[in-house]
Amino acid sequence: MSLVGAAVRRKEDPNLLVGRGRFVDDIVVPGAVFMMFVRSTEAHARIRSIDTSNAMGIQGVVGVFTAADFGDLAKIPGLPPELAPLHRSVLAVDTVRFVGDPLAVVVAEDRSIAEDAVEAVVVDYEPLPVLASIGASLAAMADPDGPRIYPDLATNALPIIPEAERDPAFDAAPHRVNQRFVNNRCSAVPIEALAIVADWGPSGLVVHASFQAPHHLRNQLALFFGIPQHECRVVAPDVGGGFGTKICFYPEWFLAPALSRLLGRPVRAAQTRSEGMVHMHHGRAQENDVEVAYDDDGKILGIRVHTYQDLGGYPDPTGLGLGVLTSWMSCGVYAIPLAQTAVTAVITNTTPVAAYRGAGRPEATFFVERMMDIVADRLGLDPAEIRFRNFIQPDQFPYAAATNPEAVFYDSGNYPAALDELKRIMGYEQLLAEQSARNADPSQPLMGIGLACWLEIAGFGPNGSLEGFGHLGSWESAQIRIQPDGTALISAGTSPHGQGNATAFAQIAGDELGIDFDRISVRFGDTETVQQGIGTMGSRAIAVGGDAVKNAAIQIRERAVQIAAHQLEAAPEDIEVANGVFSVRGTPARSVAWAEVATAAFQPLSLPEGMGAGTLDATVFNEVSNFSFPTGAYGCVVGVDRLTGEVGIERFIVVDDCGVVINPLLAEGQVHGGVAQGISQALYEHVQYSESGQPLTSTLVDYLVPAATDLPRFETGRVVTPTPVNSLGAKGIGESGAVGSPPAVINAVVDALSSFGVVHLDMPATPEKVWRAMNAPT
Amino acid sequence: MTTVSIRVNGIATSRDVAPRTLLVHYLREELGLTGTHVGCDTSNCGACTVHLNGEAVKSCTVLAVQADGEDVTSIEGLRPAEGMEFHPVQQGFHECHGLQCGYCTPGMVMACAALLSENADPSETEIRTALEGNLCRCTGYQMIVDSVRWAAEHTPTA
Repeated sequence: MSLVGAAVRRKEDPNLLVGRGRFVDDIVVPGAVFMMFVRSTEAHARIRSIDTSNAMGIQGVVGVFTAADFGDLAKIPGLPPELAPLHRSVLAVDTVRFVGDPLAVVVAEDRSIAEDAVEAVVVDYEPLPVLASIGASLAAMADPDGPRIYPDLATNALPIIPEAERDPAFDAAPHRVNQRFVNNRCSAVPIEALAIVADWGPSGLVVHASFQAPHHLRNQLALFFGIPQHECRVVAPDVGGGFGTKICFYPEWFLAPALSRLLGRPVRAAQTRSEGMVHMHHGRAQENDVEVAYDDDGKILGIRVHTYQDLGGYPDPTGLGLGVLTSWMSCGVYAIPLAQTAVTAVITNTTPVAAYRGAGRPEATFFVERMMDIVADRLGLDPAEIRFRNFIQPDQFPYAAATNPEAVFYDSGNYPAALDELKRIMGYEQLLAEQSARNADPSQPLMGIGLACWLEIAGFGPNGSLEGFGHLGSWESAQIRIQPDGTALISAGTSPHGQGNATAFAQIAGDELGIDFDRISVRFGDTETVQQGIGTMGSRAIAVGGDAVKNAAIQIRERAVQIAAHQLEAAPEDIEVANGVFSVRGTPARSVAWAEVATAAFQPLSLPEGMGAGTLDATVFNEVSNFSFPTGAYGCVVGVDRLTGEVGIERFIVVDDCGVVINPLLAEGQVHGGVAQGISQALYEHVQYSESGQPLTSTLVDYLVPAATDLPRFETGRVVTPTPVNSLGAKGIGESGAVGSPPAVINAVVDALSSFGVVHLDMPATPEKVWRAMNAPT
Repeated sequence: MTTVSIRVNGIATSRDVAPRTLLVHYLREELGLTGTHVGCDTSNCGACTVHLNGEAVKSCTVLAVQADGEDVTSIEGLRPAEGMEFHPVQQGFHECHGLQCGYCTPGMVMACAALLSENADPSETEIRTALEGNLCRCTGYQMIVDSVRWAAEHTPTA
């Protein structure tokens, strides 16, 4: 029986279940000191002075350091050289640019002393004008002498993709509609916040960090400090969630090693949640001006988008790329012949913005899927019908999207099948009938039905796709080595944090090698033991890393078959392997166990001529030819309380197409988690600032991370369209749920409010916002 | 410094600690029981849930001195059920994919175990309500609910 496709229970679970997981803050290093940042309480200010004398007087304080102590350190890496004025220092130099910006660091014998010392540091600020939103920052540009967050740059806005001259086809179209969308700023909130232990000793630097790409950090740390990579080891042990925010470079990744070198002691840091809420990079924070041209039948003739990406106070390389991904995905699953997209990135006095589950694709999906409903409403068309009329058809792949026909080739898909399956599971026609009855009955909550046919770009990626974000490459690596007893050890270059890669990779290898699942172990996350790697992000672990495992396993199998053939005195092409045994096809009695083949692999006298010891060891650096494009159709049924405006999700139905599924349990888990974050973005989550740049949502009391009571049970369906871009046919599924669910929810809410003339609501659809929409003066 | 004596997972422990020491830090830093995690600083997330005299508490809201003389069970103290690899709740999480990154899991498991000791056959709504104080960012909760139901159905009756 094939392991691929089976709901195998996870290898990862036992340690985590019994409290034997090993997260960064669990690691005990003798003699370690604890570091903690002194953070700016101002959103934009010049630092007049930092008085550390009281803090230094506290017993147990080892030192208090400011930027002046690290003047010889390089800047935090990742940004292109042409953006030199924007490169961030490990501690703010002279100017702070958001509330939470680290401006000094305390080192103490333990964390409670460090906390006391942070409170005792006195900072004198000279306030500067605060630009706490895209609007404020752009408005300041209208005045040549208006405030600039980086005076050396002379602008607060970076043109990422300039606006093209308006195509005359827009004005020639029978109809046009415009809408502005605000995609709410979110915080990833992995339940483990950032943590690091840095130990710089005579034999080099060892860093344990809660990070999604340890080799990437190793490469950059070695460059940063000018040390050789073999003396720089980075370990990402168990990591308590990432969702993109742990792929970013943060000051502590560089400062903790610097302090360890300076003090000659291991240095640890583990931020509190309140620190994390202002320090870990946020996601989304985009505004999109969208115009759609369409004809009387609801065919979309063109789309024009100008995206404004809030970068926060320090641009992050992934933050700079978010708008590009949004731009690429601006046609969604529809055959839109004309797309004109522009992106402007805007610096503001807020926490930096970077990748968060979906990273640029949820934003595009949101406006595309909202626009489909807006156009349907204007033409009196059913929302499902307008989608069917515009879908790219299954025979049109590979499909070059009008957004960027040189770079964006949809690999495969069957969009009508996904929507058909969704309608079937929903009981769509019956729901419509139920809705008319319910909405006519004032004693019942208003009912709304929302659809979203989403598309995302995943499987990062083809050569060149990650290098722009500072990564060494876009490949992923896997090494498989067979032990002398016939067990297998896989070292993978991905660095998972909940995805279940150990299980999935063992399934993939098990099928190719004919080795029992329980006789395969998978290792990750350590630059000293794993050859090289890129990391886990961009829905790439299976599509690129899993494919690497498969290709390495194929190489091992071919060599093992030769050994078995030699032992069985048969031709290699007659050998088959299953359940730990090699046998001659047709005569199963002629067989040899995997363990014997494995042992022979280390005994040259037992090997066929030309084969040396240690041959059952293969390393693959896997390159893929294209991105993959997971897709799906999501449906949402909401009930809106007519008095309070509270939105309740009555049903949520997901039909995913991620190509071939390796493990349905893991795939479903990824979808559930993504959908939960998407529903939550649509209804609950919103990082907010006052006009003066003070964060209003800096604890979990103010920022609503949903609990079990806030989310529904999910109904799931599946369509399988394999991708041709890798040998598994798998497309990647980590981000799908977060991409597809927000517009399904908001389409349902707007549908419920249609009798009030509501055309659009921005997220989150809080009771207050919905109540105001129902009670707006007409 | 104050001396506290707490029975943890059936073993008598005693340490001199600063009066402000939280129970979670007593467990993690004094005893090296790092299975209990810290996920927030406002008592919202429940990652630090342990049992104090059999009841689920958030160990970040209990001072070590408040637990002086009491009985504490942390994730490390759960025992396998007869014929199972783990405690039924842990087993349920394994069978139903109730965990991903595993960071919230010890607190979640302890909260679920406390629920089942009070209500051996909870409905989905009762489970969701009981877990309102435990946040998970990975699973969307459905498989956690299923895990608890699995445990309810497979817990050996005394």
